[in-house]
Amino acid sequence: MSTPSTTLSPETGEQLLLHHFGDLEQQHLSSSLGMWFFLASEVMFFTGMIAAYAVYRALSPEAFHLASLHIDKWLGFFNTWVLLTSSWTMALAVRCTQVGDRRGILRYLLLTAVFGTAFLGVKAYEYGTKIEHHLFPGPHFVVPGSPRDVHATEEGAGDAAHASDYQKLRDASMVDGQLDVKEFANNLGRFQLMFVLYFFMTGIHAFHMIIGIVLILLFAVLTKLHWFSGYGQTQIEMLGLYWHFVDVVWVFLYPLLYLIE
Amino acid sequence: MSASALSSHDGPPVDYLTNGTTIRSWLLTTDHKRIGILYMVSITFFYLIGATFAGLIRLELMTPKGDLFSSPDAYNTAFTMHGVVMIFFFLVPSIPAVLGNFLLPLMIGAKDLAFPKINLLSWYLYIIGGAMGLWIMASGGVDTGWTFYTPLSSLYSKTHVVGAACAVFVAGFSSILTGLNFLVTTHTMRAPGMTWYRIPLFVWSMYATSLIQVLGTPVLAISVVLVGLENFFGVGVFDPRLGGDPILFQHLFWFYSHPAVYIMVLPGFAVVSEVIPCFSRRPIFGYKFVALSSVAIAVFGFLVWGHHLFVSGQSMYAGAVFSILSFMVAIPSSIKVFNWTATMYKGSIRFDAPMLYCLAFIGLFMMGGVTGLMVASLAIDVHVHDTYFIISHFHYIMVGGTVSAYLGGIHFWWPKMTGRTYSEFWARLAAILDFVGFNLTFFPQYVLGYLGMPRRYFEYRPEFQVLNVLSTAGATVLAIGMVMPMVYLLLSLRGPKNAGPNPWGATGLEWHTDSPPTTFNFVEPVVVTCDPYLYSPEEAEREYEHAQHDVVA
Amino acid sequence: MTELSRSSDAREGPHHVVSLQTYFLVYVALVVLLAATVLASEMPFSRSGHLYAAMAISAVKTILIALIFMHVYYSAPLTWITAAGTLMWVALMIGFFLIDYGSRTWIDILGKWPAGQ
Repeated sequence: MSTPSTTLSPETGEQLLLHHFGDLEQQHLSSSLGMWFFLASEVMFFTGMIAAYAVYRALSPEAFHLASLHIDKWLGFFNTWVLLTSSWTMALAVRCTQVGDRRGILRYLLLTAVFGTAFLGVKAYEYGTKIEHHLFPGPHFVVPGSPRDVHATEEGAGDAAHASDYQKLRDASMVDGQLDVKEFANNLGRFQLMFVLYFFMTGIHAFHMIIGIVLILLFAVLTKLHWFSGYGQTQIEMLGLYWHFVDVVWVFLYPLLYLIE
Repeated sequence: MSASALSSHDGPPVDYLTNGTTIRSWLLTTDHKRIGILYMVSITFFYLIGATFAGLIRLELMTPKGDLFSSPDAYNTAFTMHGVVMIFFFLVPSIPAVLGNFLLPLMIGAKDLAFPKINLLSWYLYIIGGAMGLWIMASGGVDTGWTFYTPLSSLYSKTHVVGAACAVFVAGFSSILTGLNFLVTTHTMRAPGMTWYRIPLFVWSMYATSLIQVLGTPVLAISVVLVGLENFFGVGVFDPRLGGDPILFQHLFWFYSHPAVYIMVLPGFAVVSEVIPCFSRRPIFGYKFVALSSVAIAVFGFLVWGHHLFVSGQSMYAGAVFSILSFMVAIPSSIKVFNWTATMYKGSIRFDAPMLYCLAFIGLFMMGGVTGLMVASLAIDVHVHDTYFIISHFHYIMVGGTVSAYLGGIHFWWPKMTGRTYSEFWARLAAILDFVGFNLTFFPQYVLGYLGMPRRYFEYRPEFQVLNVLSTAGATVLAIGMVMPMVYLLLSLRGPKNAGPNPWGATGLEWHTDSPPTTFNFVEPVVVTCDPYLYSPEEAEREYEHAQHDVVA
Repeated sequence: MTELSRSSDAREGPHHVVSLQTYFLVYVALVVLLAATVLASEMPFSRSGHLYAAMAISAVKTILIALIFMHVYYSAPLTWITAAGTLMWVALMIGFFLIDYGSRTWIDILGKWPAGQ
């Protein structure tokens, strides 16, 4: 919703007025409102996934709990901290546009980009370990401890807590001392489904992060080049709104995916 | 509505059509009026494609045996492509993207939409989505039905489900951006004096439509992405063998696609609310009720999606709740119908072509709406679900309703958009043919459905043939009625720009500027000082008597 | 436009500059709440208790981010309505989904839903 408008950049700190607006305030309000409606749309996009998550978790709480144990909560903790910090630096970058501190804008935008990249790095490492442990959904997915799990015996002792997921899911599917075969199949499926949702939700989130980082770097270059009129107050504030939104999504994803005790 | 921006020129008038005539000036335009015209050309193209598929379907159904299509799968592809093209590439963008784009800034006295570049972007997204749709069509099409139900779409269909999902996804973004633009424009770009209760009802309806587009469309996006994911990676989000639930897909899909019905029909209300007062020469009856009922429909529309799942295995209790909520949508809808008819009461009614289309709208929409109540009842729905009754019900809303209103709107604002007048005789004839052809096509389908003919089959029992032949005959009449406007409207473009700023004597800011308007809409700044729809039936009567007197004399 | 400009006049124009201290305090509060989330997950609550605790803390974090970092507190009422209204739609969707899934087994239909589904 940003309106990068001109190559002329008067150093008065005033933004240029586009022809179809009456005054600067109307222009700023329109951009801000547009961004908020866009974020409302984005919220509904993520809600679709969270609703799917809610349904499957409500149907098979045990499977989701067991699957969540494979997701390292301390890596998630670190990442949440990184993202909250990036949100703070982004807020400071926006503040710098308002007080007219061009060096500050650059500094904080770059810091935000660095934190964002750190987040993605940790995320990539997490994905790597999941794929290594055959927890990436699809044909290669193996429920730990299941008859298909060839590594169960090799890794054995050290991984004892995880190795028995299959058995635990089996236990959870007992009805009156008898194994409910259909329920067991559902639980096994939903153990994998948790990873589908994990990869999909964090993947879409990471995709938003990548877009955000690219835009932040682009805006940093444009600020350096004095491309925005004024200090790019409106443009960088809109970018900030987007970045904070991505942060808010993660604030919910973290407990939903990492912290099912 | 009085405005200080009456047309007054010193130099030769430069309207938006003559301000740059190169192809480049059209493809890179950010003028909302030109983007409206771009949309009009492109949706007409897709409409013709969708209509061709409809024609093939009706031809196939002339006889009880499958003879036109080589296989049932080919027939499945035909009706799927008909649905996908008509819904995502014609009906959803139809009135908002063409008439809304053109008129919304004019009606509220703005120079343009709030985000002109995003407006152009939304057209390009539509074209990219459409091109993907065409490519899918050329490479064999999709056969899942426009609803992409799982597990058919994710496990069994051998056709290009992923590609079609991508096309719908991209077109959806185009719709979101249009809605977002309208919302912001309505909030921030109104002229001084244009208070909320002075904006035309067209704008109120567009606002409600845009709310649905912004809040609903992303859910469609996520549901088609999940289907694509399941297809592509073989992970079972909706696969029962892997713990998934196919009904979850239906929930997600209809969370958008039921409100999408209101994306299609609310703009129809928008047009009708403008046309009826103008040709009855009376102020709209109960302005605030009509305005707020649009918003009420947008909100209620989000609470009823479960009525598509009555027989899918949804909980019976949820079904009962959804059934009651579905009945509630009838309240704001009927407020509108009653207010339109009350507007006509004691009015001085003129039966020009736009009015004929809008009268058709009221009748057909009512038929569609009342049968909607029937299918919203749990018990009746079990009987008629997935029969031609449903087909007929939603065609009454979407074709009888939306397409009638779209054509009515095009006829009403054609002088404004092009500066030309069309042949009134042919226009009235086309409106009547559309109405007759439509009823002949779809009324027999109510009967067929009630007798038990299921939808989506290319063969049927011989006792249904008479009604099917009637329906196909009606489709022919309808087709002629639909092609006629394309001929006489295009022919009118060869004539001079002689329509004048206000050929219908209508109120509304758009009629206070030139036809066609200049690039920035108004020559002088606009200030609004009075309410909308200040028509006077007495004055119209006097004028009529004068005219009669002149004729006699 | 009128109702928007009126409200922003009341709050010193659209570019209200929030103090560095406020931003820092919000940041500290967010990190504390993050620690609280993890701590809550270690507490001996019931499973749904954990969910409620985690969601409540996330909601507080979101409110802090939205009000201060995203400047909702200093914005036009319409921004408040947009932000809050969206949450209503979120609740609507998740609520209705769970109503359906939750009430499927309430009635005993012969041969249907033996367990779970």
